[in-house]
Amino acid sequence: MTWLVPLPVVIPLVAAGLTLALGGRSRLQAIISAVAITLVALTSAGLVFFAHNRGPQVVNVGEWSAPVGISLVADRLSALMLLVSAIVLLCVLLYSLAQGLADGNEGAPVAIYHPTYLVLAAGVANAFLTGDLFNLYVGFEILLGASFVLLTLGGTGERIRAGSIYVVVSLLSSVLFLTAIGLVYAATGTLNMAQLSERLAGVDPGMVLVLQVMLLLGFLIKAAVFPLSAWLPDSYPTAPAPVTAVFAGLLTKVGVYAILRTQTLMFPETAVNDVLMVASIITMLVGIVGAVAQDDLKRLLSFTLVSHIGYMIYGVSLANETGLAASIFYVAHHITVQTALFLVAGLIERRGGTTSLENLGGLARLTPALAVLFFVPAMNLAGIPPMSGFLGKVGLLQAGAELGTPVAYAGVAAGLLTSLLTLYAIAKAWNKAFWQEPPEPLPDTSIPRSMFGPAAALAAVGVMFAVVGGPLSSYTESAASDLQARTPYLSSVLVKGDRGDGTSDEAAEEATDEPTGDGPEELDDDG
Amino acid sequence: MIDMSPSLVLVLTAGVLVGCGVYLLLERSLSRVIVGFLLISNGVSVLYLVMGGRAGGPPLVGTTPTEEMSDPLPQAMVLTAIVITLGLSAFVLAMAYRSWQLHGHDEVQDDLEDRRVADRLAKAGFVDRADEGAVDLDIEAAEARDETEETSEPEPSTAVETPARGSEGS
Repeated sequence: MTWLVPLPVVIPLVAAGLTLALGGRSRLQAIISAVAITLVALTSAGLVFFAHNRGPQVVNVGEWSAPVGISLVADRLSALMLLVSAIVLLCVLLYSLAQGLADGNEGAPVAIYHPTYLVLAAGVANAFLTGDLFNLYVGFEILLGASFVLLTLGGTGERIRAGSIYVVVSLLSSVLFLTAIGLVYAATGTLNMAQLSERLAGVDPGMVLVLQVMLLLGFLIKAAVFPLSAWLPDSYPTAPAPVTAVFAGLLTKVGVYAILRTQTLMFPETAVNDVLMVASIITMLVGIVGAVAQDDLKRLLSFTLVSHIGYMIYGVSLANETGLAASIFYVAHHITVQTALFLVAGLIERRGGTTSLENLGGLARLTPALAVLFFVPAMNLAGIPPMSGFLGKVGLLQAGAELGTPVAYAGVAAGLLTSLLTLYAIAKAWNKAFWQEPPEPLPDTSIPRSMFGPAAALAAVGVMFAVVGGPLSSYTESAASDLQARTPYLSSVLVKGDRGDGTSDEAAEEATDEPTGDGPEELDDDG
Repeated sequence: MIDMSPSLVLVLTAGVLVGCGVYLLLERSLSRVIVGFLLISNGVSVLYLVMGGRAGGPPLVGTTPTEEMSDPLPQAMVLTAIVITLGLSAFVLAMAYRSWQLHGHDEVQDDLEDRRVADRLAKAGFVDRADEGAVDLDIEAAEARDETEETSEPEPSTAVETPARGSEGS
């Protein structure tokens, strides 16, 4: 079933081309985008099934066998990421379609919205699937380019202001990543992650540390981990609600995924984990303290986003199986919940005319449905017991206690405190937006029912994670043990020991028969 | 095997390019930032030439013995990186132009928190700063607030310098 693997990248790109060509016809555009993302979601579900039951699914693009060409790998981790992100993308797309219909702005300013959104989807899928470091960079650039356009959609003063910070920071992180890739290639002569994990073992440990820190720096900026997180709360809230939602859900998580992948696959024995753990602890605390201080709902949510990235990085830095499993579970949980909350914030802005908690009020009486819709993901985010947020946090805390070092225990304490402060910040928003007497009566508008649907569906998916918590956590545990063992990934990418599947293999063997001695090794380097 | 000892000229070029780029990237004006970004990217591209080892013959099986081939992979990667850089630079330039249309300059502005702090200090008549008097602080806050007030329309004062097309954009 390997033919499924490239589809999550190919389908959105083709659909992006189609929608771009059909620029004027917004209804057709909408149908194409919705169908494309639905197909991606189905494909991803198929990949989850096959990756879980038959091991990692690998495609060597263009039949160039592994270290020479680019391989796309869907193992348990990337398949799960793909599935969750496809569901989120679909819900956000439907939400934005409903918003567009309600506002009657058919095609008016945003004929490029659909193509860009689809390119973003392709970039995210590419980043999750790729087994090649340089292709990961390309995936990042695809999604960043699309995100630049989406963030500055319409080009208003505020968006250009926020956009310029976001763009410059992203460009800088990309250049860092690119430099790191260059150094990795110079040190090892390959960029295939599977081959890297074998070759880096033979490189001087000091050099490996330099490479690791360079790569991490690039990813940590993208994931918005504390000293490198200041760009996020300032740039996300200015974008249109659906765009903010999809950014908050997916873009930082792509950074987290890249950290997860490279840390486990390429740098399994590492001294950086302690530093990473301290960074994650500070991220949790600084982020949530920032959230407590905010009086604007969107900014508050952006700060909780930064804070909860800390949880995931904490799980990665523990580097034991429980920690990785909990981290993967938490990523899946957080993508849906954070996106749902931002969608609800968009609904609140629509109903109340503002997201400032000072000016909102009394929404519980006006729209009880909206109150429920906010309450469920909010409690999920704070980690109230039956919900998936609770399961994820418990897993992380258990993993921290299992490791048992002083820093890990500090992380456990910080996690508990952050959870408590999240509850405080969320409860403050809940009280102010829904229960206080509004200072001025809110405008008399209503929210179109079609916008409720996607937000509610996403909130329901968040709840579902708790319902299927057992199977899901056994899935993430086996994903984590794959990551730790590394062999499933390595043996399915490099099928023949040092080469992968593909017809270029035979060509290489023919060629190496003729020239001199250490042929196969040589050709790997020459690409 | 290709000679892997790096050429000093290339390393120095990359270093100087990246150094100048970092300096420009720290400026406030977007057009300088873009030049800085381009310099850094070019520096990194030169770095890729270093990592490919010494130049050799064309890497075609049958024309060159394997030991004398150049490594083509870094060059393919540099090409990709250059194309990506080109696209993103075009976007940043467009953004700088839009910023100039709206504000009459292309400087990256203070973020919301900074402006809030300035506002709050001004409102409280806060004078306890060692380096500046209250008057300066008021002026500073007022300037900061001007940017906050900015909507999609250009201000009357900047409209003179802004081309007429500026107002129709949003």
